[in-house]
Amino acid sequence: MTTATPAIRLTGLTKTFGAVNAVDHLDLDIAEGEFFSMLGPSGSGKTTVLRLIAGFELPTSGTVELLGQDVTSRAPFDRDVNTVFQDYALFPHMSVLENVAYGLRVRGVPKKERLERATAALESVALGTFGSRKPSQLSGGQRQRVALARATVVQPKVLLLDEPLGALDLKLREQMQVELKELQRSLGITFIFVTHDQEEALTLSDRIAVFNNGRIEQLGTPAEIYEAPTSPFVASFVGTSNLFDETESQQLLGLSGVNSIRPEKITLGVKAAGISLPATITEVIYLGTSTRLLVELAGGKRLTVLEQNVSSRSTDDRRGDAVHASFAKADVVALQPA
Amino acid sequence: MASSPSIERAVVPRPRETTARKISVFLSQHARVRLAFLLSAPLFWLGLVYIVALVSLLITAFWSVDSFTGEVSTQFTLDNVITVVTGSLYQAVTLRTVGVALLVTIVDIVIALPIAFFMAKVAGPRLQRILVIAVLMPLWASYLVKAYAWRSVLSQGGIFEWLVRPFGGESPGYGLPATIITLAYLWLPYVILPIYAGLERVPNSLLEASSDLGAKTGRTLRTIVLPMLWPAIIAGSIFSFSLSLGDYITVNIVGGANQLLGNLVYTNVGAANNLPLAAAIALIPIGIMIVYLTAARRTGALENL
Repeated sequence: MTTATPAIRLTGLTKTFGAVNAVDHLDLDIAEGEFFSMLGPSGSGKTTVLRLIAGFELPTSGTVELLGQDVTSRAPFDRDVNTVFQDYALFPHMSVLENVAYGLRVRGVPKKERLERATAALESVALGTFGSRKPSQLSGGQRQRVALARATVVQPKVLLLDEPLGALDLKLREQMQVELKELQRSLGITFIFVTHDQEEALTLSDRIAVFNNGRIEQLGTPAEIYEAPTSPFVASFVGTSNLFDETESQQLLGLSGVNSIRPEKITLGVKAAGISLPATITEVIYLGTSTRLLVELAGGKRLTVLEQNVSSRSTDDRRGDAVHASFAKADVVALQPA
Repeated sequence: MASSPSIERAVVPRPRETTARKISVFLSQHARVRLAFLLSAPLFWLGLVYIVALVSLLITAFWSVDSFTGEVSTQFTLDNVITVVTGSLYQAVTLRTVGVALLVTIVDIVIALPIAFFMAKVAGPRLQRILVIAVLMPLWASYLVKAYAWRSVLSQGGIFEWLVRPFGGESPGYGLPATIITLAYLWLPYVILPIYAGLERVPNSLLEASSDLGAKTGRTLRTIVLPMLWPAIIAGSIFSFSLSLGDYITVNIVGGANQLLGNLVYTNVGAANNLPLAAAIALIPIGIMIVYLTAARRTGALENL
């Protein structure tokens, strides 16, 4: 096996449900050991791609290759990939340990060995003492870990994660993000992570594919996706963007085409060098570490501005203030019109 | 704050203090009174229909009939119960009835499992609705019509014979096999529906997870679906088993000369005019059902219902 063989290669992958193209001629290589995220709104086809890789759905056309082998028509139990389900899918009639040992049991691993390995897997997710409990006696975060242990104990080549953190509250989600990243590093296998949470995707991933209408809208590193979105969809789905259509670009920025600027790149104050537009503050939303302000430009165009709260001045009521919204021309991103 | 134009507020009238409102206020503050209103009528009905009827049956079993006058004597006696428990006729009929009920239940479960699985996990939503209606449809027809329909199907020169003759088979004729076939047909919807509902409660993701972890279909059915479905199967079997235990019409129509417990009750109430003995016989299926439910409880199946 050469390092050039991708862990997953999708070629011309298409899945049609009735008249709907859930996945539309997708070509994608995912490298070995990569933390790869598929990001998109619900209905964008990202989960269908995951299910096609797992084998729960068969593609209408196209192929799925796993480490250079065509597995397109193989059953899920015949593929070296494992899935962590959105609802965890723990077997309710089995204990936690039996759940984790299930994949080994099915593979005919002797009882003593499989219990040892399952126990070790449970310990690796800090649930060593929970083996005899039923899944219903665990919290959401604990179930999540059991699902992870169950999927990784059989040593898959690729781990598929279908919005695994969606049901957890914010604090736990942040904690699990760190643990997922650590787990992926220690296992050294490919993780394919489906999410609609752009922050999660930015935090975790080596690369992100932004999905829209069954196609990849943009593929790149988190920094590329965030700093250089190529389309209005990516610019507004990943983070917040101030979009300027062609006429607005012409009038306000002196630029052609469609452009966008991130809220945190804009400063409010006196007229400055670069682009500096007179504006009125219409709304001030205090967010703790930062403050989000809405300003209205002379022509009626509204912009969102994000200020770090470096001083307690940020709590001042500045609604109605006349300011200048300034930003560097280099921070303006040119987009391909949709 | 930037001045916003004052919004004219529409005047919302206060609710009037009517008697109905006062009653509602009183009820909303008194949970027990509310509960009493809700439950008194059904509880009265349950008490009358269930408890009184069952208790009077129990009591009647310990009475006797004067063989000369045919009058019921209300003096306590264990004679009927002893007769029913020790009499070889009653023992034989009881065994036959339990055997028939068990076979009907097994046949029903074996047929219901794949049908319910197809309905719950394979069929699309539209076909699913059609199938539920199709399963329920036989319940719209009269019991007697269905039993006589089977009599005609199984008769000499009937459809059954016409179907199996080319393969060298022949109709079982009237007797216990015909009774089992007919009863299995009659109670099948009552077995399919709980199993179908049980399968609906098994999330597809569990089947996918099992397959994902390497289990082939048969393994998934054995280790994931069946254990989770066990309570539903027990629930369905309670219907087919208990309904078969009490039936006497089907065996009259397609059972030839065979008698089940229900027939003994029927003849003792009617022809023999011995209500106390009939009541004592009727205690047998009740006893069997108690044993059956206790056994079902032992398996833990009822806890998950």
